[in-house]
Amino acid sequence: MKRVCTRQFRNLTRLRSFGEVREKISRSINHVCLSRRSLHGSACRLGELELTSVRYPHVQRGKYATLTEKDVDFFQKLLPQRVLQDPSELDGYNIDWMRTVRGNSQMVLRPKTTSEVAEILKYCNERHLAVVPQGGNTGLVGGSVPVFDEIVISTQLMNQIISLDEVSGIIVCQSGCVLETLDNYLAERELMMPLDLGAKGSCHIGGNVSTNAGGLRLLRYGSLHGSVLGVEAVLASGEIVDCLSSLRKDNTGYDLKQLFIGSEGTLGMVTSVSILCPRRPKAVNVAFLGVENFEAALQTFQLCKGMLAEILSACEFMDQESMQCIQENLKLTNPIKSYPLYILIETSGSHGSHDEEKLNVFLEAAMGKGIVQDGTIAMDVTQRQNIWGLRERIAEGLLHDGYNYKYDISLPLPKLYEIVEDMRQRLGSKVTRVVSYGHLGDGNLHFNVTTPEYDKEVLGLIEPYIYEWTSQVRGSVSAEHGLGFKKRDCIRYSKEPNAVKMMVKMKKLFDPNGILNPYKTIPL
Amino acid sequence: MTKGHQGHLNGVKMALRILVGCKRVIDYAVKVRVKPDKMGVVTEGVKHSMNPFDEIAVEEAVRMKEKKLASEIIAVSCGPQQCQETLRTALAMGLDRGIHVEISGKDYETLQPFHVSKILAKIAEEEKVDIIFLGKQAIDDDCNQTGQMTAALLDWPQATFASKIEKNNGDLMVTREIDGGLETINVKLPCVITSDLRLNEPRYATLPNIMKAKKKPIAKKSPADLGVDVSPRQEVLSVEDPPVREAGSIVQDVDELVSKLKAAGVV
Repeated sequence: MKRVCTRQFRNLTRLRSFGEVREKISRSINHVCLSRRSLHGSACRLGELELTSVRYPHVQRGKYATLTEKDVDFFQKLLPQRVLQDPSELDGYNIDWMRTVRGNSQMVLRPKTTSEVAEILKYCNERHLAVVPQGGNTGLVGGSVPVFDEIVISTQLMNQIISLDEVSGIIVCQSGCVLETLDNYLAERELMMPLDLGAKGSCHIGGNVSTNAGGLRLLRYGSLHGSVLGVEAVLASGEIVDCLSSLRKDNTGYDLKQLFIGSEGTLGMVTSVSILCPRRPKAVNVAFLGVENFEAALQTFQLCKGMLAEILSACEFMDQESMQCIQENLKLTNPIKSYPLYILIETSGSHGSHDEEKLNVFLEAAMGKGIVQDGTIAMDVTQRQNIWGLRERIAEGLLHDGYNYKYDISLPLPKLYEIVEDMRQRLGSKVTRVVSYGHLGDGNLHFNVTTPEYDKEVLGLIEPYIYEWTSQVRGSVSAEHGLGFKKRDCIRYSKEPNAVKMMVKMKKLFDPNGILNPYKTIPL
Repeated sequence: MTKGHQGHLNGVKMALRILVGCKRVIDYAVKVRVKPDKMGVVTEGVKHSMNPFDEIAVEEAVRMKEKKLASEIIAVSCGPQQCQETLRTALAMGLDRGIHVEISGKDYETLQPFHVSKILAKIAEEEKVDIIFLGKQAIDDDCNQTGQMTAALLDWPQATFASKIEKNNGDLMVTREIDGGLETINVKLPCVITSDLRLNEPRYATLPNIMKAKKKPIAKKSPADLGVDVSPRQEVLSVEDPPVREAGSIVQDVDELVSKLKAAGVV
């Protein structure tokens, strides 16, 4: 309590007038101003973001220790100059990208090596100090930031590429490498990362692996469960589990790395990964199409699977409301006229003219049958990047509306859009926007609602209705975003009780004191 | 001294004939690499597309046709076989037909604005055009010469770095981007105009137009057909990367800054 007051006061002294200071003090102590947080230079509200512990009062802090001077001394000796405690610097680590959850961590540690991570975790385990492993902090379910005062262990300085075998395409690197940096490095050697997502400029590969990130090219290159060949992780006890093989095939014993992939940092902290990288395509084509309804979207997808087949590398969709959002908030231009739904198709291959031929034949067929109303093909790399920007920047555009209720569901393809129409009717004019977009090829819908500020009533209208709807058609309530903090109680909608029981047993085995990323992913 | 074909000038309607130059260059977003023999840059297997300023010229020509100021808009490109792709892009954006002046191999490597301007001037005379629209410069050589040379050869007025074009009775009123700001001039036809960045935002070619473009004609010519000699007038001695930028260093105060500057011999 005392520490909160001190930090509170330091923030307050930055305010302009004494009158303002007095006014702030008289409000509830737990409301802390966001002093320097500006989102993409927009004029959006630099309001006050509640602490998670305030917004979700039913979540109780576990029986963990609190930081003492002795602890701080230990960490400062272990990581000289790499311990952050200044409140003004901690905001970025305490608040998630979506600005929907806010932790109260008092310390961020920035190790450089696996052995440093091992020392940290060994100490924290003995002291019963809770920790949150954090990469680029771009997660969308509040899984990457503290809930209470957990210590943040950031992989920011663990960004070394250890080795690359250009013949086999296997790269070994530390978990703090930024995805885009890795991709650029590989590009020079005619290789590429097997995954791509909108957050590529900030996300760390360790975070991608820990959340089994999907992304835009899962359709072509598969999930990380397939492309990650090895993982080196540190357990809660400080033991290093080195499964960092660089072999394409290795059937010796239980495949432990699969446990770390997707467990969101609750079974161990990933410190290094080895990934199989595909060859970079010589010829990439992007087409942006307009269709009248979801039926036509499905038909387009069917047609392109058949006619484009092995060169198809992405098939995304977005609705007119998504287009309006980015036009209004980000001032992007629609390359074609307005249509109810848009589809982005990307082909990647080794032979330009062969791919163009196939793409043209497909487009002629789609237009001829009246499935596609209009569209465009990118004529140069800049147009290609702009068209991809339309799909990749929707999430960014939505943030400008204020508060974003974000859902990521997997449904049987024919039902994918039914849920959107249903929710749109249900929410009516109570909300700013209801948009949907996603990976048509993977049956994955990103459903989003925005309001100017967090509104409990709106949340109540969406949840648990959307989860029950999804559960009834045997879909997944989190296709790729994971459960994190925001969906930690939703696992029962998509997993049987016996399965959940096994998960709880495993968590207790790997992390008996429960220090790794507590309050998240599975209900204990 | 040549005068182009005068469009019908009474009142509003003008039936101008426009020739648009479309150069095939290495794509703007691609990282350019110097060849190991240091005699040029790597072009093999590298993505090429239309020079961005030429795209703007194409867009302006299409808009003039939509406004019924132009009656026929023709694309021209000089270079190897692949220039046909560049022409198809121009046709997909709305141009009526294309002319491919085939030049390849050594001749293409040493092709300069001097040669291109002669080619364009000859074609302009043959096709009796009223306006030659070019990009202000190409992003590979940054010469910024072709428009000016073409106008000189034809003894036509030139309006370079155009950021706005309006009709003004039988003439054109062109706003140019100059060092001091903007300059607006009245240009008589026929003329040469080169486009600058702010003239317009080029459209995306839509599918129906992309398909129509396949049927539009592209005529093939050679420099000899046009009576132009493309023998080289320059010899490339070497091509090198710019020097690697060295890391900066942070100084504690002004005294340290001064001493570092002195040590480097700059003060």
